[in-house]
Amino acid sequence: MEKHITLPLTEELAKSLKAGDIVYLTGTIYTSRDAGHKRMCETLAKGEPLPFDPQDATIYYVGPTPAKPGQVIGSAGPTTSGRMDAYAPTMMRVGARGMIGKGARLPEVVEAMKQYSGVYFGAIGGAGALLAKCIKKCELIAYEDLGAEALRKLYVEEMPLFVIIDSEGNNLYESGRQEYLAQRG
Amino acid sequence: MRELQVSAITDVVERLCIEANTYLPGDVKCAIETCRACEDSAIAQGVLDKIIENYNIADKENVPICQDTGMACVFLEIGQDVHLVGGDLREAVDEGVRRGYGKGYLRKSVVGDPVRRGNTGDNTPAMLYTEIVPGENVKITVGPKGFGSENMSAIRMFKPSAGLQGIKDFILEAVETAGPNPCPPMVIGVGIGGTFDKAALLAKKALMRPLDTHHPDPFYADLEEEMLEKVNALGIGPQGFGGKTTAIGLNIETLPTHIAGMPCAININCHVTRHKTEVL
Repeated sequence: MEKHITLPLTEELAKSLKAGDIVYLTGTIYTSRDAGHKRMCETLAKGEPLPFDPQDATIYYVGPTPAKPGQVIGSAGPTTSGRMDAYAPTMMRVGARGMIGKGARLPEVVEAMKQYSGVYFGAIGGAGALLAKCIKKCELIAYEDLGAEALRKLYVEEMPLFVIIDSEGNNLYESGRQEYLAQRG
Repeated sequence: MRELQVSAITDVVERLCIEANTYLPGDVKCAIETCRACEDSAIAQGVLDKIIENYNIADKENVPICQDTGMACVFLEIGQDVHLVGGDLREAVDEGVRRGYGKGYLRKSVVGDPVRRGNTGDNTPAMLYTEIVPGENVKITVGPKGFGSENMSAIRMFKPSAGLQGIKDFILEAVETAGPNPCPPMVIGVGIGGTFDKAALLAKKALMRPLDTHHPDPFYADLEEEMLEKVNALGIGPQGFGGKTTAIGLNIETLPTHIAGMPCAININCHVTRHKTEVL
């Protein structure tokens, strides 16, 4: 199904999304990848607050290219999510239930998604120029020293995404391929 | 003996870093568009349409096709009758990368130490490959390589008894393991023969070969076609959502090897298979 949704990703909204849905997402999201996640989880382990309120938040796994003069952001497609698997359950535990990336997730991430009503969205890998067009605002909020990996707050409009894994653990990577192979016979 | 200033190499590397990251080669576009025309699942068609729209935006607006503007793999074929003057070649290439990634607003994705990490801040050093060839020209190829796909690559030292079947199974196993991670549709570079290191280099070189060309030996040209068909029968599809187009190309490069071995390396690339060449 095609759905136009507005963040924050409340539990109710998260539960309404199903694997295979095509979603156009509008609202505020946060960027983080390997080094940023490591730092956020270290911060949480020390009992300190994150640089943003994680409740119902969505994190985009991306390290954009630098913005050219006049641009909001450079090219900004998703990075491979599996590298964030070690941190994703911790992030969901503190409320950040939305994840945007590409590629497979470990079973423990899927289990955490079921427990905390998480949603894993896929953006098209390698479509960084196209995805940047949906990003209307970009503000650096923390970890500036990490360069492309710094924590940014983005405002996106109608960002084209696919629900890859829903809050019940259904997985488009499995069902999409099975359906295609069954159809082909 | 022709004298060539290394600063000329710096200038070309700078330009090629920017151009390779902005404009997808014609053969790659053509392969994607051919696959789009053959694809019959709606979700796969939708993904390929967005991929086409993406490289059209990059072309028109002069922006990087993908945010992972890669490690700069630089291949130099240096004519043996060329005398490089005016500085250190390695430095000259790195300076080209530094300037290209700076002026081109490309992402700096290189860490100075593999274990202790720490971004070098300018995308240097380049991964530099030099080869001495006949003549008095210098052929420069820049192939930025993203790591979502690089991480899904594999190498295996087969016993000769594994034969052709061993290689075929290995290719399918590597693609199956890669699944949705390397941003399919992929381009697959296969290197067979040589030594451990040479097989890997052959696989990387296979990714630089245009997709509308074949291995000169009909045996391997047929194998390229057969394996591309088999990879696409896996049904992984664009982005792993299911479909016909798991790969848009599969190139094989080969070398003689030892009586005791049959090395095989598989270098996976994404649909943003970038490379640009210039001759000085």
